[in-house]
Amino acid sequence: MPTWVQLVYLACAVCFILALKGLSGPRTARAGNLVGAAAAVVAVIVPFIYLDLDHVPLILAAIAVGTAGGVVGARRVQMTQMPQMVALFNGVGGGAAALVALLELHEMTPHVDDVSWFTLAATAFTIAVGSISFAGSIITFAKLQELMTSRPVIFPGLRYVFPIAVAAAVVLGVRVVIDPTMWVGIVLALLGLLVGVLLVLPVGGADVPIVISLLNAFTGLTVAAGGYVLSNVVLLVAGTLVGASGTYLTMLMAKAMGRSVANIMFGALKGGSTLGGGEASDRPVRSAGPEDVAILLGYADRVIIVPGYGLAVAQAQHTLRELVDVLIARGTQVDYAIHPVAGRMPGHMNVLLAEAQVPYEQLIEMDEINGEFKHTDVVLVVGANDVVNPAAKTTPGAPIYGMPILNADEAQQIVFMKRSMRPGFAGIENELLFDPKTTLLFGDAKDSLGKLLNAVKAL
Amino acid sequence: MDEAVVWLTIFILSVFVGIEVISKVSSTLHTPLMSGANAIHGIILLGAVLVTGATDNDVALVVGLVAIVLAAVNMVGGFVVTDRMLQMFVRKKPKPAAAPTDGGSAA
Repeated sequence: MPTWVQLVYLACAVCFILALKGLSGPRTARAGNLVGAAAAVVAVIVPFIYLDLDHVPLILAAIAVGTAGGVVGARRVQMTQMPQMVALFNGVGGGAAALVALLELHEMTPHVDDVSWFTLAATAFTIAVGSISFAGSIITFAKLQELMTSRPVIFPGLRYVFPIAVAAAVVLGVRVVIDPTMWVGIVLALLGLLVGVLLVLPVGGADVPIVISLLNAFTGLTVAAGGYVLSNVVLLVAGTLVGASGTYLTMLMAKAMGRSVANIMFGALKGGSTLGGGEASDRPVRSAGPEDVAILLGYADRVIIVPGYGLAVAQAQHTLRELVDVLIARGTQVDYAIHPVAGRMPGHMNVLLAEAQVPYEQLIEMDEINGEFKHTDVVLVVGANDVVNPAAKTTPGAPIYGMPILNADEAQQIVFMKRSMRPGFAGIENELLFDPKTTLLFGDAKDSLGKLLNAVKAL
Repeated sequence: MDEAVVWLTIFILSVFVGIEVISKVSSTLHTPLMSGANAIHGIILLGAVLVTGATDNDVALVVGLVAIVLAAVNMVGGFVVTDRMLQMFVRKKPKPAAAPTDGGSAA
């Protein structure tokens, strides 16, 4: 490898570090992403210059096909479907890494004696974990896209089948190191697919974002191992960065939900299901019409909006923003309280509201706004549930116990906009719904907000 | 020094760098950060190009091309979707006309 190539690769590796650094601050995030993209493009172009590659037209065609697919997918996807899109992109990356490792294994088999055991181990790792990441991400995608149930899927033998599949994969991995043949590699890949499926099936819908993040870290590590096999420093550094930061990010997210990663991944296996009953309750609640709620809001001095995924599903962000604009024009102080896991992924709600042109300054994070609920006249909860469920503080057995919540229960009045009495994503009943201070406004969020908007305008 | 140890050194240092650079991220940016990191591991495209460009076996060529397509989807799609998310975070100054949101999302 010529020196200039190594220097370019070094520069690319540095750019990836800067990209991650940039992505972790709001002001630098977009630039960080662009730096990463530029480095990736440069790194891919380099081998066409210094190597005499075969099949160049076919390779370029394949890159064009993938690029077109990626761009179209990325531009068409609705903001609400962002999590599953990330899962899908992650999955195909893992699949690509596994295929690359299989090809490397194929290259090595004729002259195995020259290959170190460490290289073979890295190859086996990439094949297995890349396949896990691929299959796991596809299941995650199916769960979020609601192609299959988002509830945990558990079958009686799962707690035995899963460890056996993992153990078999480890044995086959060792076999690749001792006696590398193509068929062992292929069986290892298939077994990896099985482990990936079994890993994600028992995870409940609410925890799926954590799984995406974890699988993202897995793919990073496979790319790093692939980089070692190919003796390519860019792959090694980029993959390791993603693996390390992805693992750390997974832990941060789990902490924001008051859970441990192990509990999320294996909670359902141990029998303590991650979900509760999910039955609609028939206990009495107080419901009201849009006009009543309009009066509550219209004459309040301080209103806090708690938006949730239901808002986004109903595509009601724009109507909500109009309502808030009208209230602000009436002299009411209105803010949005953003729970770290509102939406389907941490930060997802900010993206959705920003899309509806809600000013960034009105979005207040949980820690900052939690003290304000005491002085708030009305809290309007739109399509959210678990993030204001006091069970997180009061009921030690509840699946969400320990998760930090928004203190909506401290406000003078609480208004819930809900489709029905069905519990939230975590599947547990919300005591706040039955609180005497609470009023419910039933109906589709967009529809109800429209009526509410007209009623407030008419005041 | 054994070459494997050099690689191991790079690996371990990268682990620390990876954790350190994102340790102060606010929860607002978790999703774009995850998406951006996701795009970065699309660099496996480089690996796919290297192995595909060196093979002389037809089956391997096909598998390699499939890997290239998948990796390109990961890399390009990942960066584009991250950028789309981050456009939303750009602080809207008193801007009157300039609306950079792309049409596809204005449902």
